[in-house]
Amino acid sequence: MTGSQPAALRGFYTLFYKEWLRFWKVSVQTVLAPVLTALLYLLVFGHTLREYVEAFPGVPYTAFLVPGLAMMSVLQNAFANSSSSLMQSKMTGNIIFVLLPPLSHREFFLAYLLAAVARGLVVGCGVLVVTVWFVDLPFAAPLWALAFALLGSGILGTLGVIAGIHSEKIDQVAAFQNFIILPLTFLSGVFYSIHSLPPFWQRLSHLNPIFYMIDGFRYGFFGRSDVSPYVSLAIVAAAFLTLSLFTLWLIRIGYKLRR
Amino acid sequence: MTVAAIRVEQVSKNYGALAALSGVSLEIAQGEFFGLLGPNGAGKTTLINVIAGLVFATTGTARVMGFDVVARYRDARRMLGVVPQELVFDPFFTVREALTIQSGYFGLADNRAWIEEVMHHLDLTEKADTNMRALSGGMKRRVLVAQALVHRPPVIVLDEPTAGVDVELRQALWQFIRQLNRDGHTVVLTTHYLEEAEALCQRIAMLKQGRIVALDTTHNLLRMFSGCNVRLRLAPDRLPERLAQRVTQRLEGGYRLALRDYVEVEQVLAELRAGGIQVQELEVTQPDLEEVFVRIMNEDTGPGARNGSSRIVDWGAPQDWQ
Repeated sequence: MTGSQPAALRGFYTLFYKEWLRFWKVSVQTVLAPVLTALLYLLVFGHTLREYVEAFPGVPYTAFLVPGLAMMSVLQNAFANSSSSLMQSKMTGNIIFVLLPPLSHREFFLAYLLAAVARGLVVGCGVLVVTVWFVDLPFAAPLWALAFALLGSGILGTLGVIAGIHSEKIDQVAAFQNFIILPLTFLSGVFYSIHSLPPFWQRLSHLNPIFYMIDGFRYGFFGRSDVSPYVSLAIVAAAFLTLSLFTLWLIRIGYKLRR
Repeated sequence: MTVAAIRVEQVSKNYGALAALSGVSLEIAQGEFFGLLGPNGAGKTTLINVIAGLVFATTGTARVMGFDVVARYRDARRMLGVVPQELVFDPFFTVREALTIQSGYFGLADNRAWIEEVMHHLDLTEKADTNMRALSGGMKRRVLVAQALVHRPPVIVLDEPTAGVDVELRQALWQFIRQLNRDGHTVVLTTHYLEEAEALCQRIAMLKQGRIVALDTTHNLLRMFSGCNVRLRLAPDRLPERLAQRVTQRLEGGYRLALRDYVEVEQVLAELRAGGIQVQELEVTQPDLEEVFVRIMNEDTGPGARNGSSRIVDWGAPQDWQ
């Protein structure tokens, strides 16, 4: 009774494509707005602080700031994508359209994850494209930057999936975003090198996983960082793996989705 | 023996202390038009959700076309199309996009011809490129039906599909669903419109507080309460005392009486004549599904599901009728 034969991965691909369309159709809000915000940060902070701060010796503050802003945008938008998509679908009830088809928990997770990574990277590239004209960026080790952008957006995209699944109201997602993600990104060394902090705050920063993402990403531009990029990569990769396995388990048992 | 379209065995679903379903067992044959009735909160939607894999049962198993909805969820879900009760839609897409995406979720890459056909049957072709947000409620309902059919499932479940739908669309929808049933699809329906269930369903299960309290062919359910109803309009508008006890409903300008047998009609007329009351209007009707439903729902629920035509119902005999 079925028509054409079901193709492997088609379901996953469709869900990813739908998620891509979902943010791309409203790209003024989802891409342009965060790029503009990052540009404003650069203009305001870059202008006011460039005389006073030298994060890395020989690197102008505005140049130091740009990769941090780009990565911050990558992370925040990756989180926003998966969390708001799932939350909206749950609120409007159209989550049923993805729960009824024969999608596995892996396909479900991967589609939301990759769409979040995609939005993070699109916004990150957008930030670099509009800010790169103001500064001189060496791009010393671009593959490192790419690795951290992928893993960082993967982690935040995964956290977004968790927040989207767990939250029952839009305020809960907002609380997650405003009270966890935003402080952690702001205090992760986007605007400063942690070496400029007092020892206590330096130690505290090492407990912030987002610090390693920003620091590693910045290594890709300047070839130097506060912590060895290998250490950062190991920490970020381990965090990504752990969170992904946890999220896959949540989806498999139907946590709050198939109650 | 052909495999059952739907087979539910001892399914229970608890939400904390609340038992939404308690040991429900049910088998629906391929090609059946099956009705699932019950008051709000009886567990109809929970049962559908268990069958559709939207909710995991606390205990028990459900199968669609022989496939366990948990262990073989991919096969089970390909066999099933569900029209949800709520009018849900994705505001980002047009009708055609929504159907293409839904088709893709089921692994179908090139399904354009069937999508166009489904849209045509549901009068959606003109709205194919309209955003979902811009559609009327009735149109959105049609899209939900189309989405449920996009992968050509042999089993279709419709959860209150005509709630809040105007008469014209309701007729069109039933014509279409009937055609699907004639083409061999199994149709499972929940509805509040009992006349719909009576007209469409070959077999009906009635749920109450998470249990099946009646399960039989529509024909047998309607015969369950032998006897008939008499609707009377009288002048003067009063009944002799003996007949007053038979009244099941006070109608505007009349009465409805429940009789055990058609023979009793003559006795009613005799009583009226004796009382000097003139019959202005008389109508004899069979109990409809609504009456059967109300009576079953007003009974105490037994400890388990009672199935089959062997079920005996004691209505409480008319007390004073000799």
